[in-house]
Amino acid sequence: MIDLGSREPANVAPPAEAEPEQRRGVFRRLRESLSKSRQALQEEITASVFEKIDDETWELLEEALILADVGAPTTAAVVERLEHEVDSGAVPAEGPLIRDRLIEILAEVASTARAKIDLSAQPAVLMMVGVNGTGKTTTIGKIAWHLSKEFGLSVVMGAGDTYRAAAAEQLAEWADRAGAELVRGQAGADPGSVAYDAVSAGVARNADVVIVDTAGRLHTQDNLMEELAKVRRVIAKLIPEAPHETLISIDATTGQNGLRQAKVFSEAAEVDGVVLTKLDGTAKGGIALAIAAELGIPVKLIGVGEKLEDLRPFDPAEYAAALLAE
Amino acid sequence: MFDQLSERLQSTLSDVRARGKLGESDIDSAMRDIRLALLEADVNFKVVKAFTKTLKERCLGAEVMDSLDPGQQVVKIVNEELADLMGGTGEEISLAASGPTVILMAGLQGSGKTTACAKLASYYGKQRKDVALAACDVYRPAAVDQLITMGRRAGAHVYEKGTDADPVEIAVWALERAREERRDFLIVDTAGRLHIDGDLMKELSQIRDRTKPDDVLLVVDAMTGQDAVGVAESFAEAAEFDGVVMTKLDGDARGGAALSVKAVTGKPIMFASTGEKIEDFDRFHPDRMAQRILGMGDVLSLIEKAESQVDEKAAEELQEKLKKDQFTLEDFLTQMKQVRKMGPLSGILGMLPGMGAMKQLKNANIDERQLDRTEAIILSMTPSERADPHLIKGRRRKRIADGSGTKVQEVRALVKQFDQMRVMMRAMANGKMPDQQKLMQMAGQAPPRPKVRRR
Repeated sequence: MIDLGSREPANVAPPAEAEPEQRRGVFRRLRESLSKSRQALQEEITASVFEKIDDETWELLEEALILADVGAPTTAAVVERLEHEVDSGAVPAEGPLIRDRLIEILAEVASTARAKIDLSAQPAVLMMVGVNGTGKTTTIGKIAWHLSKEFGLSVVMGAGDTYRAAAAEQLAEWADRAGAELVRGQAGADPGSVAYDAVSAGVARNADVVIVDTAGRLHTQDNLMEELAKVRRVIAKLIPEAPHETLISIDATTGQNGLRQAKVFSEAAEVDGVVLTKLDGTAKGGIALAIAAELGIPVKLIGVGEKLEDLRPFDPAEYAAALLAE
Repeated sequence: MFDQLSERLQSTLSDVRARGKLGESDIDSAMRDIRLALLEADVNFKVVKAFTKTLKERCLGAEVMDSLDPGQQVVKIVNEELADLMGGTGEEISLAASGPTVILMAGLQGSGKTTACAKLASYYGKQRKDVALAACDVYRPAAVDQLITMGRRAGAHVYEKGTDADPVEIAVWALERAREERRDFLIVDTAGRLHIDGDLMKELSQIRDRTKPDDVLLVVDAMTGQDAVGVAESFAEAAEFDGVVMTKLDGDARGGAALSVKAVTGKPIMFASTGEKIEDFDRFHPDRMAQRILGMGDVLSLIEKAESQVDEKAAEELQEKLKKDQFTLEDFLTQMKQVRKMGPLSGILGMLPGMGAMKQLKNANIDERQLDRTEAIILSMTPSERADPHLIKGRRRKRIADGSGTKVQEVRALVKQFDQMRVMMRAMANGKMPDQQKLMQMAGQAPPRPKVRRR
């Protein structure tokens, strides 16, 4: 999931034996967290839906995906494809097989343009962007914790959200927990200068990763989007290839507007991936499928709860299955 | 994307409107587009389904099919049904008979509760009310600090006990203080919580039971998708909220969630937060939101406004004058005054349909002072100059500039642009539409010059 470049695997990889344990944990936690959302979806996709394959079947499938916020265009494309495959005989017209195929198709859509989180550079600069309240600061805190505690990397955090009251304090608490160094400016300071200071600090201390937070902003605020582009330019003055990874946080409860968010942020800040947050509610985060299908931006991480370990790599197949599982 | 959809919907509706006779298949295809537009606006699927069903039944009914202009009837029905779904013209907060009015704020994480609390405090502060805030979000790091900072900006007092106290106890203690200190309002900020988190929902209903708030408001992010309904239902159960605060409406989200919440719980949207600044917060008008969802602009109220301000007979006279090319600066002045009676021009622009798609115009900030100057220039002219602006040469121009406190160049520009406008208006009065581009160009030149200011 994460490309750490030439760093010594012994330094960076979590202990090998911990792996299976952790994997199970992921599955269980995801299942648990999605169980409530699944209940709702199951009402739509019960076995009976597939008992008789007719127009109503496809309509009910469409309904289920729309209710999961997948959006009309992507839903239509997915269901049309499935219907076509069943009609042509490529997929037998049997309930369970159709459902399995649906999961496959959904997973395929979700795994568009899969790429690792690129942290191979030294220092690697990761920038976090997104709309207000989508969970940027929390996500950064968790990423820093994982990189530092699990992978043993040295992390510098830049408190680039100089706008929201007490945002820096919030990040300071996370830096403390993660044992990361925090670079912060005055309230209302230029976010570019904070980013510059953070990256310089990272270079000076030969840190492994520099994580730059930014203030939440609506994608319709042109001047604030321009500010993001400026923060990028400032960072690139120190390290031309940086930021190496830019992630956008998207709240799983977000509806079709999420597509606009991803598109406009991507134009201003060249977004490499999505962090789908707050998947522990009843929202299914189907907008992530639309973002992957229409914009080719993959989901890289998911947030399934408040705990540190609730930030997880995104597994498309697992996600699709969890959505539709009985 | 939304613009495309609303364009499509509008073209469907104008297709329907253009047709003399409508078949069931015409209605079906219009319903499909309306359904799609509502789904893209994040209106809940089930709400959409029920809505289009009612709509179709009405459209297939006698009132449309037997009507002389069935297309027009369909458009009218869509408008009516949508306004009905959104529910009336808005409801008021209920105030306490004595002592502080207690407002409890609840919602999911990141919906914008703390900011909404401060904005609500500022809203009542401006009405000269003494407002206090209670900081009961002890879970999110630095939430208390945020409320203290924002409360200060809003000019409200903040009751806080740090993060170690129990939220229910803080709320009860804050209420006692508010009573003792004779505050007018106490707004209780609570932690964001998932509606499926049993413990936190129980805590919320405890705060409710102990403080007996006059109003419970649910804070909902305008960008919320299909799940808004489930969230609202859960909160309705635990907190029995009375109304909704819609946040982040300044984005380009269509806010269909608002419509769903109203449709499913019957609770009205009471306030809307429309910007970053603390004063970007106001009462919510459901009827206008309905229009926004369909991207139709607020044409109805614009027409109503115009009707109440414009004298029909005077309008006919004007039409004649335009045709005969007798339109003078005097008439222009009268027109301008009439338009300005309708309110600030930027507000009127916002009511026009399709303005959402025209970004430059949406952000256009019309300088009302420029209009004052134009008025002053015309008022400084003699009646004969107003009737025939070509009289205005060197010395007259100087006199007018001095009289109106403007510059000679401004007087010259006004006369020149008035000339161009007259040509254009004559063409329009004779039934020829000038091409769009020329019109736009002129809008850019003519006084009042719209200043395009990007935020």
